Amino acid sequence: MTNAAEYPARVREAFPEAKLSVQSFRDRTVLVVEPADLHDILQHLKDHQGFEFLVDVTAVDYDGYPTPQPGRFGVLWILRNFDAEADLVVKTHVDPSMPTDGIEEDPALVLKSSCDLWNAAEWREREVFDMFGIRFTDHPDMRRILTWKDFPGHPLRKDYPLRGRGEREQYKVVTRDEVL
Amino acid sequence: MPFTLSPATEFDVDVEDTSYLDDRKDAPERWVLNLGPQHPATHTTLRVVLELDGERVSRATPHIGYLHSGFEKLGEHHDWNQYVCTISRMDYISPIVNDIAWHTAVETLFDIDCTPRCKSIRTILCELGRIQNHLLCVGAAALDLGGITSFIYGFNEREFVYDILDFVSGQRFHPDYTRVGGLKNDLPCEETFKTMVKDFIHKRLPKAVGDLETMLNRNRIFIDRLQGVGVMTKEEAIDWGLSGPLARASGVRRDLRKDRPYLCYADNWDGQGAPAVEFDVPIATTGDCYARYLVRIEEIKQSVRIIEQLIDTIPGGSVNASPEGKGTLPEKGQVYGSIEATIQQFELVMHNRGFDAPIGEAYGSIEGPNGELGYYLVGDGDRTPWRVSVRPPCFFNFSAFAKMLEGHQLADFVAVLGSLNIIAAELDR
Repeated sequence: MTNAAEYPARVREAFPEAKLSVQSFRDRTVLVVEPADLHDILQHLKDHQGFEFLVDVTAVDYDGYPTPQPGRFGVLWILRNFDAEADLVVKTHVDPSMPTDGIEEDPALVLKSSCDLWNAAEWREREVFDMFGIRFTDHPDMRRILTWKDFPGHPLRKDYPLRGRGEREQYKVVTRDEVL
Repeated sequence: MPFTLSPATEFDVDVEDTSYLDDRKDAPERWVLNLGPQHPATHTTLRVVLELDGERVSRATPHIGYLHSGFEKLGEHHDWNQYVCTISRMDYISPIVNDIAWHTAVETLFDIDCTPRCKSIRTILCELGRIQNHLLCVGAAALDLGGITSFIYGFNEREFVYDILDFVSGQRFHPDYTRVGGLKNDLPCEETFKTMVKDFIHKRLPKAVGDLETMLNRNRIFIDRLQGVGVMTKEEAIDWGLSGPLARASGVRRDLRKDRPYLCYADNWDGQGAPAVEFDVPIATTGDCYARYLVRIEEIKQSVRIIEQLIDTIPGGSVNASPEGKGTLPEKGQVYGSIEATIQQFELVMHNRGFDAPIGEAYGSIEGPNGELGYYLVGDGDRTPWRVSVRPPCFFNFSAFAKMLEGHQLADFVAVLGSLNIIAAELDR
């Protein structure tokens, strides 16, 4: 596998004002960007640097992580350049502005969707929303995907307990009479 | 009045939010059909809301999550060896490939290089898993179209792969055979293993694949149902993140075994200059369901070729790469008989012991039977992962399902679904 180490420098060249930082671990380059620059940088990487394939979109909750991170939630895009055989991880951090144990819409946890660049991002972004409560603007269908519509939590947040908060026990049972 | 479809003006599809259908309310002659989650042709629990214009599908909206069981959350509470038992329950059609994918990713994070013997055994099992998966997929694709015989032809032979897995690991369906930097145990008897594998690939499998091909390749009904159905062009396949046989059927020349060689697919895998295993990557360009079938059949043959190159020359030595074998549980006999093994057993089993991960993040992936199966791992210096994120190939393949289906007949639903080989347990996790 070719290292993608030269790409952060090219991004810096194209976006001189953007605040970028680079992490490297086990031959994998992670480009950390600001949420505001995210979509433009993804577009640049796709259109001008040959990253035509979206491998994955996922998120990490760093609440309580041993090393300090720029923000609580890290959302990351793994991109692949077929010709150069290089993988680049583009990561951005967002911080919640309200308690994270509920499902209220947090205006701070919003990113711009990358669905216009890759159709593959559509369901993965829905999953990030479902599991972490991070919303994506300009997304064609921003609904929960794995849990149901009224699920009272975002399960992969670190403050959500492993055994849940009793959703199974308290799930509303719908009888046939009520429906008809 | 048995079986009355709701007319399009009544959108009482289910408890789910259906506001996305509102703008279609006035369209004449539209019907909403709720297919699944319980339906014989959906394989597992998949639900698709179809908007029908007569027999034609004008829009399909998949609803997934019926098998969501919180595997990723669970991964944050299991240690690096323990979690393999959960992983192998994702794509349960070829569980051994999941085990190998998981530990490939973990070894990327820990920066461990496996021993040649371990690599060789893992590669053989990986290809057996691929055969196992494709046999079911090809058979089930025919089954959905009414050809039950081909299903039995394929399904029958899978039992012999189970026998091999049962022999090496002690468990038939979910072997949970890999460990960090090694395997749970060495082959119980190398000669028996070789005989079993050779019997399977030389005696059983060629006949089964031959039968399948005779039955399906030039079968008029089969071809008519599949050709030109569910077409994805090369650009679309890349855009939708398709990988594996689906992408290759659309002309995308990608195979991680060639592009990012790992295990025995890489040159010099044993450290003594052994060449990479030779095999061809089948490509089709039409991108329809029939091309996917052909690609899968050819991949079975290539897997046999790979196994033939490895089976006679499994290198000797240990299967366990971790220093002094401290990564895997010792054999039970030794635990009761020697102090070192007793200590090692307790070190690994006790909750406050085990081995710690580096603080860092890594992504490791292998070419699974359905496409790129990868794990993004975040280690926090503890004995359990901080975050496990799966890249399930089925998730991406199924997200393009609605796109493939639009404009087709209702009966094509099962043809397209059969060609995708969706495993809902992996899709929903």
